[in-house]
Amino acid sequence: MNKLTPFHKYHLKANAKMVPFAGYEMPIQYEGIVKEHLAVRSSAGLFDVSHMGEIWVEGVEFLEFTQFLTMNNVRALNIGQVQYSAMCYEDGGIVDDLLVYRFESKILLVVNASNLDKDWAHMLDLAKSYDVKLTNISDDTALLALQGPDTKDIMQELVSDNLESLSFYHFIETSIDGIPVILSRTGYTGEHGYEIYHSKNDSDVIWSRIYADKNEDKITLVGLGARDTLRIEMKYCLYGNDIDATTSPLEAKIQWACDLYGEEFLGQKALQGQKENKVKRFLVAFKMLERGLPRQGYEVFCDNVQMGVVTSGGQSPSLGLGIGIAYINAPFHKIGATIYLIIRGKKLRAEIIKPPFVPSNTN
Amino acid sequence: MNVPENLKYTEDHEWVKVDGDELIIGITDYAQGELGDVVFVETPFEGDTFEKGESAGTIEAVKTVADVLMPISGTVTAINDALEDTPELLNKDAFGEGWIMKIRPESMESVNHLLDAETYQRLIS
Repeated sequence: MNKLTPFHKYHLKANAKMVPFAGYEMPIQYEGIVKEHLAVRSSAGLFDVSHMGEIWVEGVEFLEFTQFLTMNNVRALNIGQVQYSAMCYEDGGIVDDLLVYRFESKILLVVNASNLDKDWAHMLDLAKSYDVKLTNISDDTALLALQGPDTKDIMQELVSDNLESLSFYHFIETSIDGIPVILSRTGYTGEHGYEIYHSKNDSDVIWSRIYADKNEDKITLVGLGARDTLRIEMKYCLYGNDIDATTSPLEAKIQWACDLYGEEFLGQKALQGQKENKVKRFLVAFKMLERGLPRQGYEVFCDNVQMGVVTSGGQSPSLGLGIGIAYINAPFHKIGATIYLIIRGKKLRAEIIKPPFVPSNTN
Repeated sequence: MNVPENLKYTEDHEWVKVDGDELIIGITDYAQGELGDVVFVETPFEGDTFEKGESAGTIEAVKTVADVLMPISGTVTAINDALEDTPELLNKDAFGEGWIMKIRPESMESVNHLLDAETYQRLIS
């Protein structure tokens, strides 16, 4: 039996197509992926992402623990700042990618729903050596993502704080109609936007204030389908597609979020070794030069030899052509290189590009 | 769900319409709804011959891809050129302007073995 988010009844009312995802019944689309995608790029879209996992790290060594657990430099975080990061295994493979929220005397970790059980076990195991207390609040926490260029005006009407001073990857603890929320300038779309964490007991009021009361004509409801096409256009990684236990942050090109030679974290030594021995393959973004849509698992050829595999792909609603993400063996991974996709027996030409596929507008 | 009485259907969600000694083939309204936004239809060429059950083309939607399976053995006599530039016709009018191809069947009698509207309606409900 799949779990339901507190917004489930609103999805049904909006005629969403519901699918099982990470143990939840989630909306994959409402009126259509293309329309929903373009609404986020041009105005505003609202996503229910309550399935995500949230874990508090508290106690004397909350910083030391998180520093060892995650690959980015946690000590560089200011209070009120958010950081993209990942947890690695000792061999450098990725346990999960996540967000790290720095509060004054605690940290909030936000992880992928599909990995929550595994992540939680991994964290508990490492926590044995630290004076910390971990609390999994995932089942009590609801999360909406409001994304798109119009969202600043929409959100400013709902909170008394001046949102001009809330920068990208920062958060505030505030309230919407008296209800406490963590309001975070984050999202996975490449657009200006917010994520609103709150207790699931308050979700009816939050849904009304943000959407149902007077914003139904300004905001489009967006499902997981468009969430995927939006993040592919940014070349943001999806765990299970582009990254997993067999891939490393260096291969996935998220080394910008990895403090490779800083304070120790689990997997750091293995990653340093990888770096010194040269990374063998890289996650690249590519666009089709011929008509065809790349899909996960399709083979990639260079010079008549298989050199890689597609990890994510499909039609870009913004560009109207096939785009994808693939691991390609070095040195065939360079920007501008021509690669060939095998699509139903045909060899179709594609080009490696510098991501993102469409300009990001997060400011 | 819209299931026109005058058409025949397959369990793979194609519809077949008798047009003289030829058959017009498309996918059902139910099928297009399940696929979502169609962005690209790969059609066969006129003169191509396919066995029943063989893939005669593919429909690429944003999130997924589906084969057009031949409902009856035959030879392609026409394809819907409009799908080249406006694949969304499959979403907008699956039983009309979103038709995919015409074929000359090996045996017209095979049409009688396809599902009628009532049976297909039961299949998708």
